[in-house]
Amino acid sequence: MAGDASDLIALAGVSRVFDLGGQQVRAVDGVDLGIGRGEYVSIMGPSGSGKSTLLNLIALLDRPTSGRYALDGQDVTALSDDALADLRRHAIGFVFQFFHLVPRLTAAENVELPMTLAGIAPAERKPRVAAALDAFGLADRANHRPQELSGGQRQRVAIARATVMRPLLVLADEPTGNLDSASGAQVVELLETLWREQGVTLLVVTHDRDLGARARRRIRIVDGRIAEDTGPAHA
Amino acid sequence: MRNRDTLALAAGALRVQSRRTLLIVLATAIGVAAVLLLTALGDGARHYVIDEFSSLGTRLIVIIPGRNETVGGPPPLLGETPRSLTLADAAAAARHPLIGRVAPVMIGEAPVSTPSGLEREVMILGSTNEIIGLRHLELAQGRGLPAIPPDRAAPACVLGDKLKRELFGTGPALGSWVRIGDRRFRVVGLFAPVGTSLGDNLDDLAIIPVASAQQIFDREALFRILTEPRGTVDIDAAAEALKQVIAARHEGEQDVTVITQDSVLKTFDRILTVLTLAVAGISAISLFVAGILVMNVMLVAVAQRRAEIGLLKALGATLADIRNLFLLEAVLLCLGGGAAGTIVGYGGTLLVRVLYPKFPAAVPAWGLAAGLATAFVAGLVFGVGPARRAARLDPVEALAKR
Repeated sequence: MAGDASDLIALAGVSRVFDLGGQQVRAVDGVDLGIGRGEYVSIMGPSGSGKSTLLNLIALLDRPTSGRYALDGQDVTALSDDALADLRRHAIGFVFQFFHLVPRLTAAENVELPMTLAGIAPAERKPRVAAALDAFGLADRANHRPQELSGGQRQRVAIARATVMRPLLVLADEPTGNLDSASGAQVVELLETLWREQGVTLLVVTHDRDLGARARRRIRIVDGRIAEDTGPAHA
Repeated sequence: MRNRDTLALAAGALRVQSRRTLLIVLATAIGVAAVLLLTALGDGARHYVIDEFSSLGTRLIVIIPGRNETVGGPPPLLGETPRSLTLADAAAAARHPLIGRVAPVMIGEAPVSTPSGLEREVMILGSTNEIIGLRHLELAQGRGLPAIPPDRAAPACVLGDKLKRELFGTGPALGSWVRIGDRRFRVVGLFAPVGTSLGDNLDDLAIIPVASAQQIFDREALFRILTEPRGTVDIDAAAEALKQVIAARHEGEQDVTVITQDSVLKTFDRILTVLTLAVAGISAISLFVAGILVMNVMLVAVAQRRAEIGLLKALGATLADIRNLFLLEAVLLCLGGGAAGTIVGYGGTLLVRVLYPKFPAAVPAWGLAAGLATAFVAGLVFGVGPARRAARLDPVEALAKR
């Protein structure tokens, strides 16, 4: 279903074509999709189905070859790199499968990084970092480096980092893919709490069926097209 | 991103890779230290030579027979000296109001023997007592030549230190008689040892009245005339006056060469400054080698930190943020090397001064500025490429690889 102006994410005929050694590969092929504010959506599909490419497009890390993408009512297809960076800074939070914490920075400094990049004054950053770490049960780990933390703790640091700028949209790419089931469950619980209590729009890409099934709205991608979409839940 | 945060992030990245940081700092430090040390040595050599010249008196003016365009060359030989310099020329020079002391000089070799039978061929300088003041010679014993008109001979001589020791050993020489050529002279004074000054061994000669030298060598023509401006008169004005005085006496012809010590000094100053610059330039090349090392290290850093760069981009870092981060790392490396090199360079200069107290080695201000500026520029120039590469990384690809 195509997005309309009131949606947070509105994709219209979005395609992403890669040129692999002269062969054109349509990783995302004419996708129309609208996701409203506060939705909890899972995107599933087999490897190579194009779900990661779709996520990168939504995340503004990649540009569509054709089609239009409006984020929060703003057409972003024509924006400059710096304008996109600014949107990523303020509107989007990322949670990655491999955490992607900076190894030489402490947990607190990793959480602080988005605010540092946004040029927020240090005096304002410190209490927000402390509050975020506290909220995710990491207060006593503030000065530990990532290699001194467990996988679950690392992902919690990553979630704290993704949310410290209070984004509209949190994108999670296989957030439990590198965790044992207990830590994974904890991380999912945290993400869902954010969605439930703070009203962020949560988009989870996974091929874990159980995780995908938890979302209120489930989208299946096959060969770059939307094969199945349960549609927004009107609860 | 705030400048202070950029600095903190860049410095943090360097601190983590301390061994690599140290190596690069070392390479840059060697380059900067080389620039400082070599400019210190070059500039020291310049000061050394200038001091040597100044000890001769920078106000010295030398009149050489023969027209000679180039400074310092030998006077032309056969047939090219239409008129010789004479004692009358020297006297005319001395009468000019702009001219102070004048010493006619005549030079030749003659056998010198003592009553005890020792004999040597020695350089004989025929002059007046003025030469002692003009060339800053010092008497160890006795007095100078008698104050008589230059055209009168007198049986008096002053001996250099080495000549005295060879003729008289450690015994007394003052008041003794020596035979120079076919005439007898009484030793009236002894020079203090001075060593070699600009090619003349002033320790191994005898000075006698110029008229006596004319008799011994059977020659009227002077070798040259040494003189100086009177009081504070300008050297060039005095030199010009001398040219006119001599020309007037030589039927209007400019057939002498007038050299001022000042112009010789300036020539040396120029030559040594250029040499110092050249040496500094060569040592600056080592800084560019260090710069290439910096580039290599930064390229490796960009390759190793792809994931971090991708992450920063995902978190909203702009192209400029990433470029500045990596550029700042390169510049910090080079500036660290510059600081370390400055310490080493000044330490080395100090060591040279301790080892050779007579050699005035000192880092000139421009040497320090050039060394540090080259290090800074090398960091910028060789850091830009890797920094741009980092900024251009595709975040999707950078994040995809573990």
